[in-house]
Amino acid sequence: MKLSICVGSSCHLKGSYDVIEELKRLVKKYDVEDVLELNASFCLGHCSDGVSAKLDDELITGLNPENVEEIFLKQVMPKIKESK
Amino acid sequence: MRIFDTNVQLLKYKTLKAVIKHIYANDLDSIYLDIPKEIVPGPKATMRCCIYKERAIVGERVKLALGGDKSNPNIVEVIDIACDECPVDGIMVTPACRGCLTHLCKENCPKDAITIIDKRAVIDKEKCIECGKCVKSCPYGAIIAQHRPCVVSCKPKALTVNSESKKAEINVDKCINCGACVCACPFGAIVDKSFIVDCINILRNSEDGKNYKVYAVIAPSIVSQFKYAKVEQVITGMKKLGFHQVVEAALGADVDLKLEADECIKKGVMLSSCCPAFVDYVIKNFPELESYISENVSPMVVTAKMIKASDPTAKVIFIGPCSAKKAEYKLPKTGGAIDCVMSFEELQAFLDARDINVSDLECSPLDNASYFGRIFAKSGGVAQGIKNEAAKQGKDVITCVMNGIDECRIGLTRLKFKRATENFFEGMACEGGCINGALCLTHGVKNADDVDRYGNEAKEKTTDNSVNLYEMAFGKKEENQ
Repeated sequence: MKLSICVGSSCHLKGSYDVIEELKRLVKKYDVEDVLELNASFCLGHCSDGVSAKLDDELITGLNPENVEEIFLKQVMPKIKESK
Repeated sequence: MRIFDTNVQLLKYKTLKAVIKHIYANDLDSIYLDIPKEIVPGPKATMRCCIYKERAIVGERVKLALGGDKSNPNIVEVIDIACDECPVDGIMVTPACRGCLTHLCKENCPKDAITIIDKRAVIDKEKCIECGKCVKSCPYGAIIAQHRPCVVSCKPKALTVNSESKKAEINVDKCINCGACVCACPFGAIVDKSFIVDCINILRNSEDGKNYKVYAVIAPSIVSQFKYAKVEQVITGMKKLGFHQVVEAALGADVDLKLEADECIKKGVMLSSCCPAFVDYVIKNFPELESYISENVSPMVVTAKMIKASDPTAKVIFIGPCSAKKAEYKLPKTGGAIDCVMSFEELQAFLDARDINVSDLECSPLDNASYFGRIFAKSGGVAQGIKNEAAKQGKDVITCVMNGIDECRIGLTRLKFKRATENFFEGMACEGGCINGALCLTHGVKNADDVDRYGNEAKEKTTDNSVNLYEMAFGKKEENQ
């Protein structure tokens, strides 16, 4: 699976690099490095909804370094388990 | 509101704007007849001898706006009929000659080319070698050296005057497409080709992002342009033109700093590769030094590659102040990363042709890069960044900043004859750097201050996050090997 984090100007200013670093840590922590590929996107078109990301075709908005683990467990992990 | 420095730029702008309007109106059939009449309505001539010559020249400009001579790979072209065949008298005695007793001009002439006839200095053109000694020696400043502005501006000596027709000619084997002559010709007879038609086709065929997304990669020198509005308003304007997103080329510059610092430490001696006119100058004039040029592609290309790694169907258009970029993007080493190039002048014409007044628009943020990537726009910026990057690794790199082709020639000559002690040579063809690029809207004296301010406004204070992003897209270099 692919998780693309928006690094366009809006999301960058809202902290997308911190979100990416946090996600890199979580991918290791939950041992999903082999199944989840992290990459960047230059604008997902949701500039006013906080840091956005796309899990394959599903949009995730409102990410920040504080809530990223919670959202990761709620929205990303179940999908990974489903696909296994 | 003063957008341009000269009326020549204004004429180019009017032509581009008219061409873009006609393209969007799907009204191309009689473009060569209509646009000259729109721009030169008459009945009185304002620029040349008559409106018919003025219209003919606009017709030539329309051709260049549509891509110019397809059989000529050079970006810069001479419009024959616009060249005023400026007198090339060289050294001239003016009426200010007082017919003095010292005859310092005559005494200082190494070739005995000056005689005093009727109490006035007269120069024998056959003997004169144009050394300028008489010009310097005359106490009244009565002797002047007159050269064609285009010839003087062309540092690689690619531009010469045809001895028969007296028209300016460009030797494409020597031309580096820096565009200096485009700015220098007071008659506007030398023009850069435009690829605006290709840009428009790319944008139109995307159908507002349905078929593919179009990204703009914008040069950091944008900060000293569009002075009547904020950069953030220009970004909104660009999105209205159909761009999905605007990304700073400074992001690629951040990455290049890391890659080039590593490369420089490994190589020992290295030349910068970000300025395509400088790279071309080295290849054409110092072929023995070509191997010193950094193997890393320019920030424009790195940024475009990062965009395409994240969105494989994306099209990328570079927008900047540079005519040499119009040649660079077609080179094989760029791997097709850039789909087209537009100048700041063309962007202004494009916005106005689409009736987009950027000063009325809301702001869209532009922040993808660090301080160091942003200061690439000015001479010395790359060297400063490389020094900083090397220092992070505990290494000291001694830099040589070569500002403009004259300084490049001096620095490269020292390197060629092993007289150089520096490790990193930053070469920029335009004096002052990209902020004085040939296709800038304005070339203000305070533009370098704008670059510093803009650099300091960047959220990222180091290049680290840009490099992390690059490594996420392409993996670490060590791992690739």
